[in-house]
Amino acid sequence: MTVLASAAPDASCYSSAVNNWVCPSYFRDKADDLISATTEHVTITVAAVLLGLVLAVPLAVVARRYSRLEGLIMGVSTGIYTIPSLALFPLLTPFTGISATTVIIGLALYTLTILVRNTLAGLSGVPDEVRESAMGSGYGQTRLLLQVELPLALPVLMAGLRVATVSTVALTTVGSIVASGGLGNLLAHGVQNTFKAEIFAASLLCVVLALALDLVLLLVQRLLTPWARAGA
Amino acid sequence: MFGDAVAYLLDGSNWSGPGGIVAQLGQQLLLTVTALLIAMLVGLPFALWLGHVGRGGFLAINISNVGRAVPTFAVLVLLSTGPEWGTDTLGPYGRAGLATLIALVLFALPPIITNAYVGVREVDRDIVEASRGMGMAERQVFTEVELPLALPVVATGVRLALVQVWATATIAALVAGPGLGTIIVAGFYNGNYGKGLAGAIVVAVFALVLEGLAALAQRALEPERHASFRLTPKPLKAEASLVP
Repeated sequence: MTVLASAAPDASCYSSAVNNWVCPSYFRDKADDLISATTEHVTITVAAVLLGLVLAVPLAVVARRYSRLEGLIMGVSTGIYTIPSLALFPLLTPFTGISATTVIIGLALYTLTILVRNTLAGLSGVPDEVRESAMGSGYGQTRLLLQVELPLALPVLMAGLRVATVSTVALTTVGSIVASGGLGNLLAHGVQNTFKAEIFAASLLCVVLALALDLVLLLVQRLLTPWARAGA
Repeated sequence: MFGDAVAYLLDGSNWSGPGGIVAQLGQQLLLTVTALLIAMLVGLPFALWLGHVGRGGFLAINISNVGRAVPTFAVLVLLSTGPEWGTDTLGPYGRAGLATLIALVLFALPPIITNAYVGVREVDRDIVEASRGMGMAERQVFTEVELPLALPVVATGVRLALVQVWATATIAALVAGPGLGTIIVAGFYNGNYGKGLAGAIVVAVFALVLEGLAALAQRALEPERHASFRLTPKPLKAEASLVP
């Protein structure tokens, strides 16, 4: 196969006769497809993680304030992950249809497992002395939460956010069952047609995307918590 | 859509036969149990020993992070398309049986290894030193002190792996593999959404049943949890738990 490819560098190495795994001309010729699939992938991942974050922080705050609800919130948010993604997306379709919304909501539910736990752990890690001295200086419940507790919980929360984002990138591919899987759609097409260059490109982009988003979040974490740089 | 799914589930002919729910369920259970046992046989001794000697912690802990970042779908696709035997039938494991089994074992290993290592490492060092001081041999320290105390964490790792394997075995159907996922995939790819939804319901119900059984098994293994005392209250820890 390599002989063929080197003998005719301009012949498409992704034609079904050659069908190479690594094929630079595939990246060049199908750049539009790859870009649109990657864009969809990033959009779904970011939307899902943000939705998960918006749900997880209040849930963790409620769980912390009302200890009676803590067991329920932790139980449900960790229980969701028991349901396989290939089953969860179909289970949501009666409500949200065959759409990207289905995938975003499903993935957001999965992120709760990590985000609620880490937010709660971060809030629990705030020393009592800090909390008391803030209240002694006249902080109310809301200001205490927003200006003292959440900033101090941020490093643990950000660690959870990174794990959640990386695993969401991987899981988004399964969204191809409802035709919204980003790079997963390319994987599904590639496996149906034994199109090796497409499979390789989509797999590679998935891993690169996970690493890139993780790096972005690491930088955000450094910017948001300059005091924790040594411990990060 | 729910009506169609219920109708599909109520039709007895969908349960029987070679491609029926019962046959697919049996195949997926067989795959899951086989992969979990292989992963335990390979991963547990290695990770427990690493924990005992206190080496390789970086690897043992980070392998779970790597495992989470790798898309199961992509690995299944690569394993079934790559090698010649990718989609070959393997005895009772069905089409693409070997490729599916390899993927399942690969994704079961990280939680098993990480939890086994962390479980042994987190045993109170004072207790370990005390048992050495009492004259226990290294082997006894491991089997009679570290292992029983590490058991809850180790068992949690196996449960995480079970959930992971069941989820991955379902996704195998997106590629070529056997199992209940084929019902979901056949339904959704052919516009028969009721059938797809019915398959999803069966997969989800059995996921919860398996997790429940695993929780019961774990409880039976841990008599000390029923004791009404605990020396120190355990702080809630940030645990990056695994998503299928």
